[in-house]
Amino acid sequence: MNYFPDEVLEHVFDFLTSHRDRNAVSLVCKSWFKVEKWSRHRVFVGNCYAISPERLIARFPRVRALTLKGKPHFADFNLVPHDWGGFVYPWIEAMAKSNIGLEELRLKRMVVSNEGLELLARSFVNFKSLVLISCEGFTTDGLAAVAANCRFLRELDLQENEVEDRKGQWLSCFPDSCTSLVSLNFACLKGEVNLTALERLVARCPNLKSLRLNRAVPLDALQRILMLAPQLEDLGTGSYVHDPDTETYNKLISTFQKCRSIRSMSGFLEVSPLCLPAIYPICSNLTSLNLSYAPGIHGDELIKLIHHCRKLQRLWILDCIGDKGLGVVASTCKELQELRVFPSDPFGVGNAAVTEKGLVAISFGCPKLHSLLYFCQQVTNAALITVAKNCPNFTRFRLCILDATKADPVTMQPLDEGFGAIVQSCKDLRRLSLSGLLTDRVFLYIGMYAEQLEMLSIAFAGDSDKGMLYVLNGCKKLRKLEIRDSPFGNEALLTDVGKYETMRSLWMSSCEVTLGGCKVLAEKMPRINVEIINEYDQMEFGFDDRQKVDKMFLYRTLVGPRKDAPHFVWTL
Amino acid sequence: MSPPLLGVEEEGQSNASLVASSGSMDCLSQSGSGLKERNYLGLSDCSSVDSSTITSLSKENKNNLNLKATELRLGLPGSQSPERDPDLALLKSGKLDEKLLFPLLPSKDGICASSQKTVVSGNKRGFSDTMNGFPEMKSSGYTEGNWIFHASGSESESPQSVGQGKFPSNSTINVMLSSRSSGAQPAAVNKEVPPKASQERPRATNGSSHNQITTNNNSSAPAAKAQVVGWPPIRSFRKNTLATTSKNNDELDGKLGPGALFIKVSMDGAPYLRKVDLRTYSTYQELSSALEKMFSCFTIGQCGSHGTPGREMLSESKLRDLLHGSEYVLTYEDKDGDWMLVGDVPWELFINSCKRLKIMKSSDAIGLGMCGFD
Repeated sequence: MNYFPDEVLEHVFDFLTSHRDRNAVSLVCKSWFKVEKWSRHRVFVGNCYAISPERLIARFPRVRALTLKGKPHFADFNLVPHDWGGFVYPWIEAMAKSNIGLEELRLKRMVVSNEGLELLARSFVNFKSLVLISCEGFTTDGLAAVAANCRFLRELDLQENEVEDRKGQWLSCFPDSCTSLVSLNFACLKGEVNLTALERLVARCPNLKSLRLNRAVPLDALQRILMLAPQLEDLGTGSYVHDPDTETYNKLISTFQKCRSIRSMSGFLEVSPLCLPAIYPICSNLTSLNLSYAPGIHGDELIKLIHHCRKLQRLWILDCIGDKGLGVVASTCKELQELRVFPSDPFGVGNAAVTEKGLVAISFGCPKLHSLLYFCQQVTNAALITVAKNCPNFTRFRLCILDATKADPVTMQPLDEGFGAIVQSCKDLRRLSLSGLLTDRVFLYIGMYAEQLEMLSIAFAGDSDKGMLYVLNGCKKLRKLEIRDSPFGNEALLTDVGKYETMRSLWMSSCEVTLGGCKVLAEKMPRINVEIINEYDQMEFGFDDRQKVDKMFLYRTLVGPRKDAPHFVWTL
Repeated sequence: MSPPLLGVEEEGQSNASLVASSGSMDCLSQSGSGLKERNYLGLSDCSSVDSSTITSLSKENKNNLNLKATELRLGLPGSQSPERDPDLALLKSGKLDEKLLFPLLPSKDGICASSQKTVVSGNKRGFSDTMNGFPEMKSSGYTEGNWIFHASGSESESPQSVGQGKFPSNSTINVMLSSRSSGAQPAAVNKEVPPKASQERPRATNGSSHNQITTNNNSSAPAAKAQVVGWPPIRSFRKNTLATTSKNNDELDGKLGPGALFIKVSMDGAPYLRKVDLRTYSTYQELSSALEKMFSCFTIGQCGSHGTPGREMLSESKLRDLLHGSEYVLTYEDKDGDWMLVGDVPWELFINSCKRLKIMKSSDAIGLGMCGFD
């Protein structure tokens, strides 16, 4: 049946970049499976405990780029204890032992140790790209090892990691021979950096396209760096504080005018608003702007800035922009595709916050919007219905009303109809996060209409098991479901246990599920790990099936219960 | 085992949550049919608790519990102290728990008395914390749990469904316990939990919310929010970074910081100085009026204004006279240390370079602006 030699097949498969396509191809027949297996270089593992490193290596012996995700999403919000797991060391060790030619490693929510980084740096000669997102467990010493030993390093991208800063000279550890850097992001580091080493590094890397500095890099250093790298396309400023009445600032103005390639900006953790006009010339070319860490830029200055950003496609901003500012965004940024509005004062008493009005304005002004993360004080059903009508292209819709169970303030109704309109109108919706006062009805809508939904986040919503059942029955493509503080219990959990093998994971915390229910599930589904996370009452663990489980995390796996579970995690 | 287990943040939670729980307890005792009681936390006696008993008990215990909770909770990082264990030990018994909760709800009795909502005790945690935190009226009886809210409105709204009413009460009870758990476990492991709890939080996530809570608690009721773990869902990294940034901004006192710009204002002859935040004004006029109000008490016999509207115009012109006329002159010290007359440069430039203000007597101000002042 195989008309083509393997080489031809392999060449054809090279054009398949999506993991799903390649997965599908490998199911066709044995020879295709074989060819695909030996030609697969990029592997994505959404849950590091679903498979073991050894089996991965056996399955894809030529892997060069690996993406691993560890902790469940709710770990971002302190719902998962610190030592839950997600260690990358076993993966690095296994790949080193098997002489895998690893070139790229991308980790999210994993625990990375210095030993791991050192092993990585020593073991993979062609290592090119390290991307760490929301990871922890390492210090700048580990970074120094990577800098010193990865001779062809192209990318070192640290996003929102908790890194212990040894105030060392890790930047100086890049040897003089390192000229290959394309992307360097150390914005999340808190400590000082050797500015001279940084400038020399930038000077000798002509391909540097993306540079994100941390708070310790002052404005004058930024100016010098920009002079050395006018080819930059993505810039994250360090400390943007200066007196505008100075020579340095004037130099910065003219330097920015030379940086015609910058398309993306971020940073501004510390900012002198009077120095912002220097970036206005760049704003007209920006497609991506992240000011979500810039609480120092107040509403008016933000609005002034936005007026210059006509080509913006992605905007991350704080809610101090206000509804009025969002109106300006709506009228200025017609190309906007992704918007994230973060709360500047999460526990504040409604200061300068945004409401549904801002969102409605955006929906009228930005028809291309497809990805939204919106923290606000309140939302009305009418607003959501309007938004749904104006923007039917949403693929990601995450709405967080700061008051988790707030009803429609005008009608005092639950927000079922509003979210229902969203799922009905946005046929390509893949990710949805709910908040506000919600009954089972919203889940009925979701089950009925959200056919492409892959990830759903539920908090403080629903009335009964029916809610969860609507979702489990209706959303055929559901992969990740995370629920907290909602009245779903054993009936919802156990009605369709086979569903969980079609999903990556399910998180339920502070719900009505009991230990007995979890045990039944674990017994019926041997290829699901049902983990009970119980930080406090280890002594009383597991003796009463009627007791409610505080945190349950279940996920499909091919390798059974994990061996690195801490004492407070019990795999049933 | 009744693990509240939200990995609770310790600050500020107890007050509101306790209140919340007691509120729900009240309602539980009040409302009759439709109750679906779940003995998750061993509070089996809740339905039998007499509200009047509760009230009296609440009065007894109010001060103790209230103060204790306040002392231990607010603004103290790592405030899960062993001192709280006695409180928590009391929470082990069902009946006693509820009564302890009530003291924190002085107004709750009234609210719950009129409540028609069905209430279910259950295991919803933290939910009413969020409710408590926000000074909004809630529908469908959610305000049961909200001692902060002037919740009368909520009672008149009928719940959307019975289920609606159910949920919040669940959480209120659990909220109480979960907030307790940050210090220790009500159920069993009281002593051991504090260290564990602190281990669970390697990051200083709570620091930021501490700041927030403390400041908030200084203002009216809505400010004293209880914090639900993990709500709003913002990454700890982001929360920590923004908290540090705000702190830094506050520390940039008088510098080119983006935050408040507090500078000292002195007046000749006044026994003490004042501080003003230049960023709260946008014109010289506003600054003048504010200074006038501030220093009116020092201008003996001059400025008769007491802030009443009728007198304002009069006092403003008086101030103008004071400041720019015969009596006083408003001056400022700039970055170079020179004393300058206020009003010459555009406002933006002024607040940029102003380091302190001084209200000088005109007689002293001769020669100002012409040469430097010692």
